[in-house]
Amino acid sequence: MQLDDLYRQVIMDHYQHPRNQGSIEGGVGDETLSVDLKNPTCGDEITLQMKIEEGLVTDVRFKGTGCSISMASASMMTEAIKGKPVEEALALAEEFRKMMKGEEFDADRMGDIEALAGVCRFPARIKCATLAWHALERGADKKN
Amino acid sequence: MDRAMIRRDFPILDQKINGKPLIYLDSAATSQKPRQVIEAVEKYYHEDNANVHRGVHTLGSRATDAYEGAREKVAAFIGAPSERQVVFTRGTTESLNMIAHGYARKRLREGDEIVITPMEHHSNLIPWQQAAMATGATLKYVPMQRDGTVSLADIEATVTQKTKIVAMVHVSNVLGTINPVKEAAAIAHRHGAVMIVDGAQSVPHMAIDVQDLDCDFLAFSGHKMMAPTGVGVLYGKREVLEQMEPAHFGGEMIETVELYRSTWKEIPWRFEGGTPIIAGAVGLAAAIDYLKGIGMDNVRRLDAELTNYALERLSAVEDLTIYGPLGERGGLVTFNVAGIHPHDVSTVLDSEGVAIRAGHHCAQPLMRWLNVAATARASFYVYNTENDIDVLARALETTKEFFGHAIG
Repeated sequence: MQLDDLYRQVIMDHYQHPRNQGSIEGGVGDETLSVDLKNPTCGDEITLQMKIEEGLVTDVRFKGTGCSISMASASMMTEAIKGKPVEEALALAEEFRKMMKGEEFDADRMGDIEALAGVCRFPARIKCATLAWHALERGADKKN
Repeated sequence: MDRAMIRRDFPILDQKINGKPLIYLDSAATSQKPRQVIEAVEKYYHEDNANVHRGVHTLGSRATDAYEGAREKVAAFIGAPSERQVVFTRGTTESLNMIAHGYARKRLREGDEIVITPMEHHSNLIPWQQAAMATGATLKYVPMQRDGTVSLADIEATVTQKTKIVAMVHVSNVLGTINPVKEAAAIAHRHGAVMIVDGAQSVPHMAIDVQDLDCDFLAFSGHKMMAPTGVGVLYGKREVLEQMEPAHFGGEMIETVELYRSTWKEIPWRFEGGTPIIAGAVGLAAAIDYLKGIGMDNVRRLDAELTNYALERLSAVEDLTIYGPLGERGGLVTFNVAGIHPHDVSTVLDSEGVAIRAGHHCAQPLMRWLNVAATARASFYVYNTENDIDVLARALETTKEFFGHAIG
C-alpha cells in the first residue's frame, strides 16, 4: 500500500484550495436545485447546488465537511461538470463509478479526476470519494 | 499480570499489516479473541453441536448444558442473584431495544419523562426517541459539564416525579467518562423510575456487581469482552423481567400453543425465541473464564495504566486535541489532529500498521456537542502494551509530516 497512490498532489491541491465552494447566488429556485447528502457511516456531509438551464449545468457549488478525499473529489467533480450538459455529467459519474470499482474507464474523459483512481485500492475510502458524485446523480434525478 | 504474556494468547495480533507489525487500538469497537475462546467455540462445533432445550439425545443435552452453563457464568460474573435474570441477546443494541419495546413502551404515558445523557451511543438514544414519539413521553437530557462528565446535582435536577426511565451509558465510548450509575440509580429509584445501564464499554473492563449498582437493567455485548460477535446479554431484576413482553415469538419461547392463543415459558427463556447463538454463549463463557483468570481488578488496572501512559504520550504530540475528562476514565483516548481529518489520520496510521477508529462513533449528538464532525479514537485492552502507544505516537508524527509535506 502506497500512501502516495492515494494522496496525489492534485488531490491535496483541491483539498486545500477547493474550487466552486459556497452557494449559488439567488438561492434555490426554478433553475437552481440543492441536494444534501451524508455518509452515515463516517459523518461526511455535502450540500451540492446546481443551476441547470436548458439541459446545461451553468453553475455548480458545494459546501461540506469531510476528509481530504471527499472534499477533493467534490471540488474536482464541480470543475469537471460546470458548463456541461446534464447527460454528460451523468456519463462522467458513470465513468467515475467504474474507476472506483477498479474497472476500465475512459481516462481521457476523466482528466485530473484520474488522480482519484488510487482510491479503489483503499476500500474503506471509496465512500468518501463517491459522496459528491452521488449528490450529482441525486440532483439530476430531482430535475427530471 | 504480564501484558506480553497475555498478548501471546491472541493469535491475530501476531501479523503484519502493510509490512508493519499490527498495532490493534480499536478494542472499543470490538475486542480481539484469545485462543482459549476460539478453541472453545471450535470444540463446541467439533464435539457438542446440537439444538438446545429439545433434543433427548446426548448431544442435545451437552449443548443445553453448555448454553445454560454459560448463563450461570454470566450471572456470577455480574453478580446477578440468579441465572434466570440473564437473557441472551444479539448484543447491547438488541438488549436496549428489547427494554424500550417490551418494557418501557407499555408503561410510558403522555407527560412521562425519559432521562438520558448527550453522550449516549445511538443504541441507547434512538430507542428512547422512538419510545417518546410513540407514547407522548418527553425525552430529557442531563446536561454535561465542559470536561464531558455529568454531575450528580444535574442528574438530581433533571429527574422528577414524572420520570419513569433513566437510561445511562456506564462508560462513554467516545470520552471514556465513567458515569456515576450507582448514584444515578439511587436518584431514579427515589423518584419511582427504573434505571437502565448501558454496560457495553464497562462490563468488559471492570468488575461489575449489578446488586451493588442496584440497576434494574444492564445491557452489554460479548464481542467487546473477547467473545464472538452475535451474543450479548440483558440482565434485569426479576420483577421488571416478569413485566417485560417478549420481542420474538416462535419456537423455544413457548409453554403451550393453541390455535388462537399461547403462553410463554418462564423468564429468561420467554425472551429467547428461535434457536439462540449457542456457540456464541459458549464463547462468552470461555471469555469470562479468561477474564477471571486475569482478574477484573487487574483488567481495570492494566487499562488505567495504559490510558494514563497514552494520555501522557499523546499530550506531548503537538497540534493534538484530546477529548474527555482528565481524571479517571475508561481505556480509550479520543482525539483530533489539527487540520487533518480523522479518516486521513486513520489511513496514514493504517499504512504504519496501526488500527484506530475514525468517525462519529455512533454518537452524533456528542460530536455536535464537541463541535466536531468526527474524531479519531485509540482504545485499549489487556493485550495492548506501552510499545503500542509509542508506535501510535510516532505514527501520528508521521501523519503530520506526511500531510505537512503533501499540503506543502
